[in-house]
Amino acid sequence: MKKAKASKFFAKNSQLLIPLIAILLLVIFNLLRDPSFFSIGISANNRGDPVLQGNLVSILNGASELVILSMGMTLVTAAAGGQDISVGALAAIAGSVFVKVLKGGEVTGPMVLVAFLACCAVAMVFGAFNGSLVSFFRIQPMIATLILFTCGRSIAYWINGGATPTLESPIINAIGSFIPGIPIPTPILIVIVMGILFGLAFRFTTLSLYVQTVGINQGAARLNGVNTVGIKLLSFVILGVCCAVAGMIGVSRLGLINHETLLINIEMDAILAVAIGGNNLGGGKFKLLGSVLGAYAIQMLTITLYAMKVPSTDVKAYKAVVIIILVAMGSPVVKNNMSRFWKKFKRNHPAGEKEVA
Amino acid sequence: MQDDVVLTMRGICKYFPGVKALENVDFTLRKGTIHALMGENGAGKSTLIKVLTGVYPMDGGEIRIDGVEDAIVIRSPQDAQSYGISTVYQEITLCPNLTVAENMFIGRSPKGRVDWKQMEKRSGELLQKLGIPARPRQQLGNCSLAVQQMVAIARAVDTDCKVLILDEPTSSLDDKEVEMLFTLMRQLKESGVGIIFVTHFLEQVYAVSDQITVLRNGQLVGEYEVRELPQVKLVEKMIGKDLEDLSSIKKKESDAGEEFYGAQGLSSSESRPFDFHIGKGEVNGFTGLLGSGRSESVRAIFGADPVTGGTVKVNGKKVKIAKPLDAMKQGIGYLPEDRKRDGIIADLSVRENIILALQVIKGIRHPISRAKAEEFADEYIKALAIKTASSDTPVGSLSGGNQQKVILARWLLTHPQYLILDEPTRGIDVGTKTEIQKLVLQLAEEGKSITFISSEIEEMLRTCSRLIVMRDRNIVGELKGEELTQERVMRTIAGGGE
Repeated sequence: MKKAKASKFFAKNSQLLIPLIAILLLVIFNLLRDPSFFSIGISANNRGDPVLQGNLVSILNGASELVILSMGMTLVTAAAGGQDISVGALAAIAGSVFVKVLKGGEVTGPMVLVAFLACCAVAMVFGAFNGSLVSFFRIQPMIATLILFTCGRSIAYWINGGATPTLESPIINAIGSFIPGIPIPTPILIVIVMGILFGLAFRFTTLSLYVQTVGINQGAARLNGVNTVGIKLLSFVILGVCCAVAGMIGVSRLGLINHETLLINIEMDAILAVAIGGNNLGGGKFKLLGSVLGAYAIQMLTITLYAMKVPSTDVKAYKAVVIIILVAMGSPVVKNNMSRFWKKFKRNHPAGEKEVA
Repeated sequence: MQDDVVLTMRGICKYFPGVKALENVDFTLRKGTIHALMGENGAGKSTLIKVLTGVYPMDGGEIRIDGVEDAIVIRSPQDAQSYGISTVYQEITLCPNLTVAENMFIGRSPKGRVDWKQMEKRSGELLQKLGIPARPRQQLGNCSLAVQQMVAIARAVDTDCKVLILDEPTSSLDDKEVEMLFTLMRQLKESGVGIIFVTHFLEQVYAVSDQITVLRNGQLVGEYEVRELPQVKLVEKMIGKDLEDLSSIKKKESDAGEEFYGAQGLSSSESRPFDFHIGKGEVNGFTGLLGSGRSESVRAIFGADPVTGGTVKVNGKKVKIAKPLDAMKQGIGYLPEDRKRDGIIADLSVRENIILALQVIKGIRHPISRAKAEEFADEYIKALAIKTASSDTPVGSLSGGNQQKVILARWLLTHPQYLILDEPTRGIDVGTKTEIQKLVLQLAEEGKSITFISSEIEEMLRTCSRLIVMRDRNIVGELKGEELTQERVMRTIAGGGE
């Protein structure tokens, strides 16, 4: 019974297989390399609060921005059939706005909320800008977002007049690392909140159906009354919110805004997460969970390489090798051959199933 | 084989899952003639061409060609080429960024070595011989479409060509360019090439062809000499006349209730202004040949193309229908002509496809629950006997007829007051066809209005109580009651007062 359920789950979610295998392989590799890799401990941080520590925690924590961005990127990819390469730049803008608002006075709870809402609003406007280029002017997403990719960090620079102001406040610290009394890093909690928000949006609106419909067959979507322009625009605006949240986390981690380095090159990882998650980069059907797992797999790979003391300059090269393997595994050619092999295997080993049962 | 015959096809059969695309079709091409292949969409013209050029393997029959003793087997376009059968397709398949000479010889020089001088010389000679106004070194993209088409033909006939197939060569050409092409065709004909001319332009057939073969529903209707077949007769042959059983469960025009929808001077970016109205419980239809504007008109009613003018009344109240959602909110549904392109969302499940229109009407904040959706899907899968493994199956993996039923279910689920069905029965087996016709009449019985479009006149006569006839994007007549006869409809379609 259980097995049948599991196999049914995988038949429906076969696209999750690649990121799951990737994570599994990385786990096995790390356990073989250093059995203590995944040990989790509780220690006191510099303020004396007990907090969780260990590689697993830093993987989950470090991936937060990437996970949030890849969720938004999944929607844009599905609806527009292309990717937004300006997410890093937009996160830098949002982060700068966040700091700018807070720099004006004392950092209090309500002010942080205002700052967050302000950076969300700004990011949504820029998202709408990208979205209208794509949906209304029908420019290729990559070209449309190339504009903000190019100028975004300059805009971020202007916002704070070229300075890299620092923020020192327990509240900012709480957002970027730990809320006193809670041993789980706050970014992980924010990811969970974002995940729930997406879940609620899919549950209580038809967003998911519309996005997939538009992505699969735009003409038919229009003839069935779906506002195709609006849906694409909306997906970019949602990605804008994701950028704002990611930007805020990034700023809060460091306690300062560095418009040049904040979440640099993250757009490529976010796109990669969507791809590893088995989502078609040409749009259409999507699985948010796939992208999330993909993002964690990427982060795990990075942390593993660092743990192996690979010089940071070489990390990218090693990463590329693993990515080649993952992408090849997900390619239709390999998939077809694998499934053919699997069928043959099943036919030749019918007894194997009984044993398991 | 007779001396003057260059190609014979006998008893050609080709089946696709659920469809008999060609059944026992014969075709004979004589040397030095232009032979038109005619038929409405889905008649089997392109399938026959694809069998002849080796794109599809045939499921039965034999092909013989002049100069070969035995029946030949054509497995690929290269095979066809080697037997002297060349094809020029509707879309120009040359490289616009290469020169005329390169386009004529590329891929044909032995061992990848190119003798540029020789190539230019030969292409120059050929262009001159055929009277094509192009220079060998000219970039092809700079030539007019007609010249590009002619270069494609020159390329095709340069090899030892016995049979030249022209598949809709004139569809993107203007009158003058068409004339240029015809001159070239006549010249080739003089030199003994047999030409198969596929087109849907009637006048062009009469301007240039010697014989006509008509196909309908994958079957041979007959082969005729052009001068013995007047235009009206040809239309009749193409559309079909065999109305076996005119089961008159349909309503009389006088039974139609009060007006549900009325439009005056309605026009869209694709259609000219027209007046139209339909009563409650009425079934009417737009008819006309392909390209007559019948589809564009119903698309304007639904707001599928940008509406440019006119006033619309629904239930006597003036309303604005600018986009599909406006129409849907007025209770209008539209089943598009091309279900693959405009209808199905291929990767989504049958269930999601069925609930789509209802969901859109309900709005983005009111999703239909999974349980409810399953219920709807199962209900219609049963009611319309949709053959699918489950409601979770991607609709793209269903057969054409079942895909059509899914889209029909999608609209029935919205309980429309007025349903526009553009070619709902195309490519569907006979049984399903009758089911759909019955469904149409049943809906009318319930007081729904229906506009029905079909290439098959008999089907229209069977279901519609009023026919609007279109030609060249204008309404040229309206037939009802006693006027609804095959003869009358065809005469109105063909025009010319014959």
